[in-house]
Amino acid sequence: MFLSQNVNNVAVVDTLKRAAQNNSDPSWIMHHVLDGHSISFEPFGTLLLPQFHIFGFDLSITKHVFFIFLIAAILILISLLAARSYKKSIIPKGFANLFEVLILFVRDEIVAPSIGKGYETYLPYLLTLFFFILLSNLFGLIPYSVTVTGNIAVTAALASISFIVTQFAGIKSHGTIKYFKGLVPSGMPKLILIIIIPLEILGLFTKPFALCIRLFANMIAGHIVIFSLLGLIFIMHSIYVAPVSVGFALFIELLELLVAVIQAYIFTMLTALFIGMSVHSDH
Amino acid sequence: MLTFFSFLVLTWEQEGGGSLIDVNPGVVFWTVVTFFFLLLILRKFAWKPILIALDQRENSIRESLDKAEKAKQEAQKILDENQANLAKADEESKKIINQSKIYAEKIKDQIISESKLVAKKIIDEASDEIERKKDAVFDELLNQITDIAVHAAGKILNENLNLETQKKIVTKYIQEITKN
Repeated sequence: MFLSQNVNNVAVVDTLKRAAQNNSDPSWIMHHVLDGHSISFEPFGTLLLPQFHIFGFDLSITKHVFFIFLIAAILILISLLAARSYKKSIIPKGFANLFEVLILFVRDEIVAPSIGKGYETYLPYLLTLFFFILLSNLFGLIPYSVTVTGNIAVTAALASISFIVTQFAGIKSHGTIKYFKGLVPSGMPKLILIIIIPLEILGLFTKPFALCIRLFANMIAGHIVIFSLLGLIFIMHSIYVAPVSVGFALFIELLELLVAVIQAYIFTMLTALFIGMSVHSDH
Repeated sequence: MLTFFSFLVLTWEQEGGGSLIDVNPGVVFWTVVTFFFLLLILRKFAWKPILIALDQRENSIRESLDKAEKAKQEAQKILDENQANLAKADEESKKIINQSKIYAEKIKDQIISESKLVAKKIIDEASDEIERKKDAVFDELLNQITDIAVHAAGKILNENLNLETQKKIVTKYIQEITKN
């Protein structure tokens, strides 16, 4: 209960404002999930972020970019703390144990079975990916924070990196020509090849596209549902809806906790699988 | 269901500062750059030492298990050896006991036979002694009988003869009798 109230603190304040205006415009929900140039600490004011353009590109540090930096910094801090624990003794203490459980999970349950022999090359990338997505997803549940993985640009960037790594893995293990030849099943009649080749090329891009959309949609959906449920109280103008709304919001909040972990797992798992497929592409 | 909701919102929300599916190239750029540096830093300072430590630990555990297995086998070997030695010692002791039994039997027989001999000797000596004593007693008895006889004869004849002459005659007769 406390968690749910805290998380949606900002939303409630904002929702109250809208209700006071007696406005049924639902755009306030989008305000919370969309990127912006300011970070809102609603009762205490807002922090404006610098905007600048380089070579015609908008490279402003937006709200989401700021949180990506923050998450990266926290992740570096955490992992360095964990790594330091191994310097003293081969048996970690305290917090590093939790970190180790996750590392071993990624290594033994995701990467090793998906890629097989030679998985060590891709382990650092997949570990970084897993921890970055996990931390980003969990960050979305903290009050005043945002879900950076609920921004399609972020997930698109992650999916693009995954795509590049997958292609690189295939080229590295088979050679450029052999790899792209291997994408098309051998022993096909020439007529069918006309259909198969575009399909296979399309297939290359649908995988990262699915990765991008899956993570984005899963992360944003829960937040929108929570805001919508709370918004019901004010749209219906009735206090009796509140217990139901808060109850459901709490339920979705807990579900989000689960989804945060599951989506980090799925993204890493699928990337590892794609790498494994292109490493062992024997059509 | 959540996905369905989000797409509902996607189609419904298009005004005011961009929609949900607007891909901001700046954000993509910063994400890629951040991720790249994150990967570089974590790979060097976190994953490498941690993974090496994990490998080391796994190896050390494996080695320890191997060592324990070896030590167990060694112990088993020593135990087997000990048992074999024990069995050998047991056999040895049994042999020794058997031998000593046989020896003891022999000694027993010897002692018994020896003692039998000794006993026989003692009995012989005793019987000799008895014979000798008997002879002596017999001689004495003879003397006494002679004396008595002489006395008696003297008394009967009432001093007809000289005592000395009579004694000689009686002795002669008795000797003749005994010789016969």
